[in-house]
Amino acid sequence: MIELRGVRKRFGEQVVLGGVNFDVREGETVALLGPSGSGKSVLLKHINGLLRPDTGTVSVDDTQVPLLKREALAQLRTRIGYVFQNGALFDSMDVFENVRLGLSDEEKYRDLEYSRERVAECLRLVNLPPETVKKFPAQLSGGMRKRVGIARAIAGAPKYLLYDEPTSGLDPVNADVIDDLVIRLDEELGVTSVVVTHDVRGAFRVADRLALLYDTLIVLEGTPEEFRDSTDPRVRAFLERDFDSSSFAA
Amino acid sequence: MESGGFYPFRFIGRLFLAGLAHLGRVSLMCAELFRGLAEWRIWLPRTISEAASVGVGSLFIVLLISGFAGAVTAFQAGYQWQTSLPVYVLGTLITETIILELGPVLIGLVLAGRIGARYAAELGTMRVTEQIDALESLGRSPASHLIIPRVLASTIMLPVLVIIADVVAVGAGWLGVKQVLPVTDWDFAYGAQYFWRPFDAWYSLIKATAFGWAIGLISCYMGFNTQQGAEGVGKSATAAVVTSSVVILLLNVLLAKILLHQ
Repeated sequence: MIELRGVRKRFGEQVVLGGVNFDVREGETVALLGPSGSGKSVLLKHINGLLRPDTGTVSVDDTQVPLLKREALAQLRTRIGYVFQNGALFDSMDVFENVRLGLSDEEKYRDLEYSRERVAECLRLVNLPPETVKKFPAQLSGGMRKRVGIARAIAGAPKYLLYDEPTSGLDPVNADVIDDLVIRLDEELGVTSVVVTHDVRGAFRVADRLALLYDTLIVLEGTPEEFRDSTDPRVRAFLERDFDSSSFAA
Repeated sequence: MESGGFYPFRFIGRLFLAGLAHLGRVSLMCAELFRGLAEWRIWLPRTISEAASVGVGSLFIVLLISGFAGAVTAFQAGYQWQTSLPVYVLGTLITETIILELGPVLIGLVLAGRIGARYAAELGTMRVTEQIDALESLGRSPASHLIIPRVLASTIMLPVLVIIADVVAVGAGWLGVKQVLPVTDWDFAYGAQYFWRPFDAWYSLIKATAFGWAIGLISCYMGFNTQQGAEGVGKSATAAVVTSSVVILLLNVLLAKILLHQ
């Protein structure tokens, strides 16, 4: 279980998180919605310790993340897969080496035969052909890069998956492909997921629960139905900007 | 109340605090670097390929610069030559000038530009495209994957390149001085050996090693702490070259005082 309590974070004079409370229960998929620049990615980076809160607590499976030492934090991160907004693939490595780096067990990483099998399995899970392994990130389309990023995140068989804007910059068809992938991975791998997005339609498709981060705080957390029925003007303004409510009623 | 005026004490105070912050972060990076040395299976193969890339990639410019530097040293020595001195002194002058000073400092400054800018730009781009965050989020150490191989490669390869530069520059100086003054091969070789001390070679290599370490560490630090996109990468690359060059000149004075005047 992931728990954030009273998390505050500022960069210089700019307050990004102003005392955020946020929970993710085991096995569920939570979509964190919010306008661009509202601090969604900053919140996500607190969960795997890439950022530390100025005040407040962040715990994963009852472990206080900001208090972890270097080795313990590295150990925790092997249980948390992180999918970056633009893939964040290592451009000097081919797809095989990129995905292989996701193998958290050093023995397995050094076992070339196991690595080959595991990389092929991960690429199959994200619907990429086996011959992709020889390509370099510069030779891939935006959608393929995101899928390789997902393959790398799942290579170490994590318990949690954190997606940072997995569909941003993609056309609607490719965005749907990624959303379907998120749903399928949740089902097949049984992971607990947090999906940061400003794509309302995609969020309603993939999430069991949603949360809206607005003006440094979570202003609503609930099921898709609760979101749809909310009369909070901030929620309505955010939802109705993307599409009318009949689109996500189905 | 803040106004638009210039407050020298505040300015100096801020500079001092910024300097302390840099010093603290460099110290933390050094600590990470030493801690990461235990993961030799990760950094060793990367160091070998990085060192090969630095060595082979820099060889042409090193040969070019050392050849010209040796020849110009010989021509200028010939221009200022006083006939009252024995000509074999030219061998001493050219060899010692190149080995003690020109070889390590020139090559250090050139490589501060060449590999310093490259390291800072590579790591800076990795920072702004979240590749370094990705490495950390995979539970892997950026020190053993990215920093140790680069710092070690520049520390190891700079002395190697300086040895090559010293040999080429002395050779060019030898050929050059024969064009402008009646110096025989015997005169030059005699002069080169007459004042030669084995410590001179060690001094050249100690300086080259220190310069290589400084270039690697400073440029990795600048690249690793890059902020604000493409502009930030440009600033990091510039800062890496300027700071490395200044530190090379400072180290040059410091090592001359410590090692030559004990």
